[in-house]
Amino acid sequence: MALLQIAEPGASAAPHEHRLAVGIDLGTTNSLVATVRSGMSVVLNDVQGRPLLPSVVAYAADGSVEVGYGAEARQSVDPKNTIVSVKRFMGRGRHDIAHIETLPYDFVDTNGMVKLKTIAGIKSPVEISAEILKTMRNRAEASLGGELTGAVITVPAYFDDAQRQATKDAARLAGINVLRLLNEPTAAAIAYGLDNSAEGIYAVFDLGGGTFDISILRLSKGVFEVMATGGDSALGGDDFDHRVFCWIIEQAKTAPLSLQDARLLQTRAREAKEQLSQHGQVPITVKLGSGEYVDLTLTTEMFKDISRTLVQKTIAPTKKALRDAGLTVADVRGVVMVGGSTRMPQIQHAVAELFKQEPLNNLDPEKVVALGAATQANLLAGNRAAGDDWLLLDVIPLSLGLETMGGLVEKVIPRNSTIPIARAQEFTTFKDGQTAMSIQVVQGERELVSDCRSLARFELRGIPPMVAGAARIRVTFQVDADGLLSVTAREQTTGHEARIEVKPSYGLSDDEIAGMLRDSFSHAGDDAFRRALREAQVEAQRLIEATQSALQDDADLLSTLERAHIDEAMTRLQHAMGGEDRRLIDQAMHTLSAATNEFAARRMNQSVQRALAGRNVNQLSL
Amino acid sequence: MTTFDLNFAADHFTLFGLAQAQALDQESLDNSFRAIQSRVHPDKHAHASEADQRLAMQWATRINEAYQTLKSPGRRGRYLLQLLGHDPQIESNTAMPAEFLINQMELREAVEDARSAANEDALDVVRVRLLNEIKADYERLASLIDVDRDLDTAANLVRQLMFQEKLLNEIDDALEAVTA
Repeated sequence: MALLQIAEPGASAAPHEHRLAVGIDLGTTNSLVATVRSGMSVVLNDVQGRPLLPSVVAYAADGSVEVGYGAEARQSVDPKNTIVSVKRFMGRGRHDIAHIETLPYDFVDTNGMVKLKTIAGIKSPVEISAEILKTMRNRAEASLGGELTGAVITVPAYFDDAQRQATKDAARLAGINVLRLLNEPTAAAIAYGLDNSAEGIYAVFDLGGGTFDISILRLSKGVFEVMATGGDSALGGDDFDHRVFCWIIEQAKTAPLSLQDARLLQTRAREAKEQLSQHGQVPITVKLGSGEYVDLTLTTEMFKDISRTLVQKTIAPTKKALRDAGLTVADVRGVVMVGGSTRMPQIQHAVAELFKQEPLNNLDPEKVVALGAATQANLLAGNRAAGDDWLLLDVIPLSLGLETMGGLVEKVIPRNSTIPIARAQEFTTFKDGQTAMSIQVVQGERELVSDCRSLARFELRGIPPMVAGAARIRVTFQVDADGLLSVTAREQTTGHEARIEVKPSYGLSDDEIAGMLRDSFSHAGDDAFRRALREAQVEAQRLIEATQSALQDDADLLSTLERAHIDEAMTRLQHAMGGEDRRLIDQAMHTLSAATNEFAARRMNQSVQRALAGRNVNQLSL
Repeated sequence: MTTFDLNFAADHFTLFGLAQAQALDQESLDNSFRAIQSRVHPDKHAHASEADQRLAMQWATRINEAYQTLKSPGRRGRYLLQLLGHDPQIESNTAMPAEFLINQMELREAVEDARSAANEDALDVVRVRLLNEIKADYERLASLIDVDRDLDTAANLVRQLMFQEKLLNEIDDALEAVTA
């Protein structure tokens, strides 16, 4: 066994190696992966030099899976087993999905998230998305020549808790360590802002294949502050395709279509839409499997006409986001266009008309999200360079609240609150002698619980019997920097407490994930054990590095005794790391963490003092 | 250097190095907010120990809450009055001057009419009128607290502002319903 290296106390550890981190744009239509190379954000191409990966997954009878262009080519041959736009199903129940009757898949009836019956078995959208993420991970690891430390994965800003949780689960299933879920328009703003040293108020208009987001940001001295966000998590290029598809059927008066013909026409509809971004009109000529011929011409005017209401659906949330930010269009310095669907001329015109300025199209709308995510991943992985001193402050897209009597919602944290955030609210009992309370956590803007999405339900028991209205139940919501919620309820007179990490009703349970992981490791023998040990070792190394660097900066905040205590705990952990006993490593990590608690608090206080040093003296004498 | 108590439990004004006053220099507040958040935010401690990360989250949460409170003049006034021992008692005290109530009723009717007629422009007109009224009240509030030290009248005004801000939200909801 190699001898362990122990750094001299107080001396700096070896310089950090560059950690491999990527940004992944998991899109409805296409996915991309990017990384920071020599200070530059770049998209990683596949071996054929193609940057995009079509977000299409095809299952075969022998259980094999194909992802990307190969799968895309199969969609008109085998539509049932070739899943496109799976992002639309993430964290969604059957009734949530628009035009579900026109989709060629066999949906399985379940209580929570929809599942699809394929030739290779029943698949959840999480598993299907994990196939796309695995492909992205393999591409990244092959191209970077090593294992990934972690990834930032982007989600539409308007994704709710269930959709975010599903995305995180998919990443876990693909063996990816998620550094952060990052909102797509925010990722684009980072890429644009850093590229152009932009300052001021910017709007990011992001119309993708299946989702629409609008975010209003203030860029100032390296701080990206999201002021408001809005959108529609079920509106995108797919809907424009669907309008063209319906128009073709209506015009051509076709007989009822086979699944293959329907898929063929949907593909033609999309191609026609894309061509209209460059041409005034396009011919649509198709020979169907039924022997029928379709021979039509779609003009820009006609396309504009049939998609008018869809364009309008992007304008209302945009106006709302501006109102929420307390701004008018005159305050907006620039509008950054993101997502392939913003190439449509009618979208460009509508945006220009609303904001009274030409939108900014100088970044590739398809790559900008992945590029921004890569920058954030690089930072969170600890590869901070000298010029990287920027900070991102994001918001929650939807209000969080509780059900009160009569099915009404009491909002606890309003939408567009900057995260992390915590809010507490007091509630009381409804009946005399009531000893338990059921707490339902909801997300959404409407006043009735039935119109919002239920995230979780839990019970607080052991309330001392009192007359109605006498008990004081304090419910605290805490949303962390990832946008994930935890809720605590506490009876004030007895201190009785109930706590829950919110797992949305439509998410997967930990058992389900564990089962899926087990399936994917079924040939791997003691891989799982090795993996867990290695993860613990990496964690331990991270903790030691963090402690060493803290000691290097602020050792003067510690007494000799405190210092000796920390040094000892650190040496213990270094020894434990060399062995194969995972429990011992965990224990030693715990001891070191406990020994540095007070030190951390002092460092943070000092840091806040320094932030304000020299700037406030005048204001204080007011 | 002037020292001041910048610990976790400090009041919002002290936290940002500002005087306890209703009139406030927005730019100083913004700058202090960004300066502190740039140091305490969890992203800046992504590779620190668990203890550091937990503290970073608590601090960032604390700073966000303080900033949200001070940024809005209505919430700032309510908070400042509480600090000064004059809680406006929003929940329990609902007495309002008749003149104010009549004006509110007129505005509410205008909103209702515009909403049922799906008239976006009319809603915008009411919104601008209300925004101007709110803005004038903000200025009055600052002089009541900072100059006249008339905290009772200030508390009444804060209660009225809560009404007006609620109506503003309702107008925004109506605008959303009309434009959707």
